[in-house]
Amino acid sequence: MSVATDTRPKRPSTNATVKNWKAPIGFGIGAVVALLVFALGGPAQTAVFRVSNDSDRFRLADVALPAVAVGWFTAVVLTLIAVYAFEQVRNGRPINRWIPIIYGLLFMIGFLTWVVGSANIPSISLTGLIAGSVTLAIPLIFGSLSGVLCERVGVVNIAIEGQLLSGAFAAAVAASISGNAYVGLIAAAFAGTLVSVVLAVFSIKYYVNQIIVGVVLNVLVSGLTGFLASTLLSRDPATFNSPPSLPVISVPFFSDLPIIGGILFRQSIVGYLMYVAVIVIYIGLFRTKWGLRVRAVGEHPQAADTMGIKVNSTRFWNVLLGGAVAGFGGAFFTLVSVSSFSRDMTAGAGYIALAALIFGRWNPIGAFFAALLFGFFTNLQYVLSIVGTSVPSQFMAMLPYIVTILAVAGLVGRSRPPAASGTPYIKE
Amino acid sequence: MSSQLQQDEASRSVLHRIMGGSSLVALLAVVLSIVLGGLLIAVTDERVAEASSYFFSRPGDLLSAAWEAASGAYIALFQGAIFNPGADTLAQAFRPLTETLTVATPLILAGLGVAIAFRTGLFNIGAQGQIILGATFAAWVGFTLDLPPGIHLLIAVLAGFFGGALWGFIPGILKARTGAHEVIVTIMLNYVAVYLVAYLLFTPAFQNPGSSNPISPRLDDSALFPLLLGSGYRLHLGFLVAIAATYGVWWLLNRSTAGFELRAVGANPHAARTAGISVTKGYVVVMMIAGGLAGLAGVAQVAGTEKVLTGGIAASFGFDAITVALLGRSHPWGVFFAGLLFGAFRAGGVQMQTQTGTPIDIVLVVQSLIVLFIAAPPLVKAIFRIDRKKKKKPTKPDQSSEDTTTTTAVGGVA
Repeated sequence: MSVATDTRPKRPSTNATVKNWKAPIGFGIGAVVALLVFALGGPAQTAVFRVSNDSDRFRLADVALPAVAVGWFTAVVLTLIAVYAFEQVRNGRPINRWIPIIYGLLFMIGFLTWVVGSANIPSISLTGLIAGSVTLAIPLIFGSLSGVLCERVGVVNIAIEGQLLSGAFAAAVAASISGNAYVGLIAAAFAGTLVSVVLAVFSIKYYVNQIIVGVVLNVLVSGLTGFLASTLLSRDPATFNSPPSLPVISVPFFSDLPIIGGILFRQSIVGYLMYVAVIVIYIGLFRTKWGLRVRAVGEHPQAADTMGIKVNSTRFWNVLLGGAVAGFGGAFFTLVSVSSFSRDMTAGAGYIALAALIFGRWNPIGAFFAALLFGFFTNLQYVLSIVGTSVPSQFMAMLPYIVTILAVAGLVGRSRPPAASGTPYIKE
Repeated sequence: MSSQLQQDEASRSVLHRIMGGSSLVALLAVVLSIVLGGLLIAVTDERVAEASSYFFSRPGDLLSAAWEAASGAYIALFQGAIFNPGADTLAQAFRPLTETLTVATPLILAGLGVAIAFRTGLFNIGAQGQIILGATFAAWVGFTLDLPPGIHLLIAVLAGFFGGALWGFIPGILKARTGAHEVIVTIMLNYVAVYLVAYLLFTPAFQNPGSSNPISPRLDDSALFPLLLGSGYRLHLGFLVAIAATYGVWWLLNRSTAGFELRAVGANPHAARTAGISVTKGYVVVMMIAGGLAGLAGVAQVAGTEKVLTGGIAASFGFDAITVALLGRSHPWGVFFAGLLFGAFRAGGVQMQTQTGTPIDIVLVVQSLIVLFIAAPPLVKAIFRIDRKKKKKPTKPDQSSEDTTTTTAVGGVA
């Protein structure tokens, strides 16, 4: 999302003349939080994470963690990591790339144990928590993949929300009229593409600022679908707004595996498509000639043009592809999650997808895990409201957004957008 | 520069903006959007659908039904926004106009907040969150503190400005210090604000005692904006605040050194830095002003129209403000009139929905179409085939080059 007015500091130089203290400071703050909240504020209960249900074919023992002990353990280890990071930066050495991941995982374990331990009923189903997170993350992943496709080619896609919403609407209407959920799925992809066409034409042909087009498109789609929902759809819901749901397809044997069975092998076609899309787009972008061209256009359009790549048509087709991908995500809302369309039902998922894309550093795999993390927080909020917890649900809901702000501020890792993202290419 | 020269320049620039090609495009964009909206109303109308079933036997029926559907909706919208000829007294007949001004007040204030950031080259998508924070601060002052009339309102207004400025400060300082893109930070802060106010409204400090709903106590009368036209109308002092703020922003941008620096940062940050202007300070300052203005919109909501704080206090004013700023081309008085127009749409839309059953969402459609068309003058000119006529006139040979500058100005400034 680099605009001409970029004041972003340069990447840290390898000769270590400029020391970047963000990582140790961030680690230090996390360690202090762990010490104060997880360890000193640790509840005197044992947090139980149920892995299997009685009906499962394979049963694993429940995980029981004493909250105070785990709290102290995480606080000590996190402090050690912070000290290590501090020493590394002081001596001008790089921090091992696995350290932030280990740190994040430990922090999550400490947080989960603390929050479950302090609940009225300190026991949650880990399998249900993870499976629910994946389900909630599916539209976010499609949305952020759309963002990846657009931004990698140099077009900022704020219109993800509009693409999801139009996909949800088209899926509901087409599936209702045809009586076939798969027709709805295809219609959703078309609707998402249609939104993309407007985005592409205005930003690539007419050089209108991409952020403006995106913001306005979201309003336009919200208005259009809302208008049609309260005229056509509400007048005859039986014909227009009662889509059949996509069936859940279970892979025999594998779907009975503990934890991963439900998330990998017991999904609707949209869920399987999501995994396929992540892998295909990742390989496409980083392992094929097409991907190299796309990234060249997004990073340095002049150079790409000089090499004979058609900059604007590459951009155009990529933005269209992104719209189709986001459309599939929109179909999830009306064909899998709920079985009718209601106004503004995406409820900001497109903006969370945008956050996931940035948090995932403009990489399909990264966006996938970021979206999973956001889905996890959303689902945790639901689960915790059932077991009863002292943490207000609103703060749980806030977390993805705050994490994203920290991410773009560079406190959590470094996120750098494609260099030409946001700038129209005008051939000289 | 002498005052005479200043006035000359001011009137010339106003004249230029009215007479310039861009105003014609703006007018055509509005007309085009209203026509498209009318088509949408007609296509989805029930009677039109009936008439279309026997189109080949009586084609006139379809056209008249379509015309009636669209024109009926727009007439209702006009009656709800400007003038209602069916009212008993003349004063009552103009009541819709006061409603328009009331609705326009937060739109103008928040629109100014978005516009001033645009002029400095920043995208303030966060007006929504800034409105919520401003409303929250002002409401707390309004129902908690016990102050004499006048001072109470003043403190509430200042608190609202401060609340919005605080929410604008965060993206400003992050942009200045770490390069975090303000679009992302402001979007995220919108959601943080929504959940924050949702949480606060369940705390004893904010929740109305005895109520289980997330709603605050009513603000003290001393903290409310006085009504301008008596108790029969909702129009309040906040509208005058909006006029004052418009003038203030105009003065700041066009007459003050600080405003010149802000515009310089917006036009070319590198040149501004070379000229000794602190770009980072500019980002922080302008985002605080922008947030403060949006915060004032929040004050207009809690201390003017709503009188209590709820989770939906900002409605969709923060997002509408973006379209207002774009339609107003980020000029303070442009924003003012754009706010009036969209305020009229919104006030009239309510009337239209009750009278003809046309959903108010059509207003969103028309609004966003207007902005899309205005942002792409070549498209509007192609639709109305303006370019060809212009080319025949030898007096304006550089019309096409002017077009590209306006396009890039929208891209660069707005």
